[in-house]
Amino acid sequence: MKQLKSICLLLMVAFLPLSLYANEQEEEKLDIPEIVLEHLADSYEWHIASYQGKHISIPLPIIIRSASDNPGQKWFFCTAHSLPEQFFFSKEHHGKIYERVGGEEVRPLDLSITRNVLQIWIVVALLLVVFLSCANWYKKHDEKSNAPGGFVGAVEMLVMMIHDDVIKSSIGEKHYKPYAPYLLTVFFFILFTNLVGLLPIFPGGANVTGNINITFFLAFCTFLAINLFGNKEYWKDIFWPDVPIFLKAIPVMPAIELFGVFTKPFALMIRLFANMMAGHAVILSFTCVIFLGWSMGVGYGLGLNLFSILMLLFMNALELLVAFVQAYVFTMLSAVFIGLAHQDHHAE
Amino acid sequence: MDFSKLPAILTPDLGLLFWMLLAFAVIFFCLAKYGFPAITNMVEERKKYIDESLLKAHEASERLENIKQEGEAILQEARDRQAQILKEAAETRDAIVEQAQQKARAEGARLLEDARVAIDQEKKAAIADIRQQVAALSVGIAEKVLKQSLKDDKAQMDLIDRMLDDVSTDK
Repeated sequence: MKQLKSICLLLMVAFLPLSLYANEQEEEKLDIPEIVLEHLADSYEWHIASYQGKHISIPLPIIIRSASDNPGQKWFFCTAHSLPEQFFFSKEHHGKIYERVGGEEVRPLDLSITRNVLQIWIVVALLLVVFLSCANWYKKHDEKSNAPGGFVGAVEMLVMMIHDDVIKSSIGEKHYKPYAPYLLTVFFFILFTNLVGLLPIFPGGANVTGNINITFFLAFCTFLAINLFGNKEYWKDIFWPDVPIFLKAIPVMPAIELFGVFTKPFALMIRLFANMMAGHAVILSFTCVIFLGWSMGVGYGLGLNLFSILMLLFMNALELLVAFVQAYVFTMLSAVFIGLAHQDHHAE
Repeated sequence: MDFSKLPAILTPDLGLLFWMLLAFAVIFFCLAKYGFPAITNMVEERKKYIDESLLKAHEASERLENIKQEGEAILQEARDRQAQILKEAAETRDAIVEQAQQKARAEGARLLEDARVAIDQEKKAAIADIRQQVAALSVGIAEKVLKQSLKDDKAQMDLIDRMLDDVSTDK
């Protein structure tokens, strides 16, 4: 009986576009790569839905500092609809705001609260609510009371799993203490951003961790954490490794090692970016397949609908896993690299 | 290299970086100060507390074991002591009984001796008495006999002969 219900639901979802199909026939051809890239990209308003040519979206504040030399107004606060005249959304530059200064197109200083920025702040608020409410619980209890259950217990379990199994075991008993808060913050920031990014509508859905700027920032933080506090042993291993002298006289090994210093965080950056971006892209593509199918005809529409629904279910479940795994891998590799910078003297 | 020709997600964006830096600084500061230490410290303290409790429990059970052994030892000692006391008591009793018996025996012997001595004395007294009486009697008789029969010489002579005979035969 239950199965029957779910089959009915599936069929209803599959036939749903049939009614939409009827009144959208006059639309132009679908450009799937453009749609996907547009959804992956940042934007100046939070698009929720389009219905019969009307776009429903949340306007977001645009904050720009004019690049022109005239001493008039420098800072501009507005929304996408009330953009001052000298600014425009540049089509060649992914709809980013550009300014006309004496016939030239210049990018002004753009500190707008874009979709990604808002998404980041939503995640920040979420993290604060989650962890400060948990911290509040701990303030009210002492170590003699029972271990927490429910939500606080789950958070504690997750935190301690990362803290003990990843951070402590990767960096080592002696040096892990100062890095634990940073790595935990990174883990939960990535995890929450990834998960919120999977929600299809407003409070989530922005492709934040699939944006190279974000992963660059996170990887750069890890780069600083590795190299600012690396010990003598670490630097010696880079510039004077234990290899035959002719490899050091012409600095082959030091060059390779120094290159490695930068490739490690670079790999972190690319890994997180590529995984999250690809996940979003695949989900968006399968969603587009539905529209593509209906634009080709009812038969294609029904068949591809079923197919893409199944694939979307599968991809979303997979992305849940990937969201966790990528956060975990980023944290673990950061911890391992930091641990490598704190190696004790080799026991030869 | 013109980055702006890359896809949007690969384009460096100063605004996004700026906000990311700000947001991450805020979240890092808040969580590193108020969020995670509360949890990890509490877990650490709880772990310590549990370890201590375990240690205490071990100690307590050890002590309990010791106490049990001590109790057993005390019980054993008490039992030994009881047996010893019982033994001693029995010995004392036996000794007392023995002593009393001896005393009784001695007393009996003494009484017997006393009785014998008294009897002897009585006997002696009685014999002496009898002797006296016999002597008196015989003197009396002798007097009478003498008074009667010693009227003539002949009779006197007979008597003297007889007596002499008696004495000689007595010898």
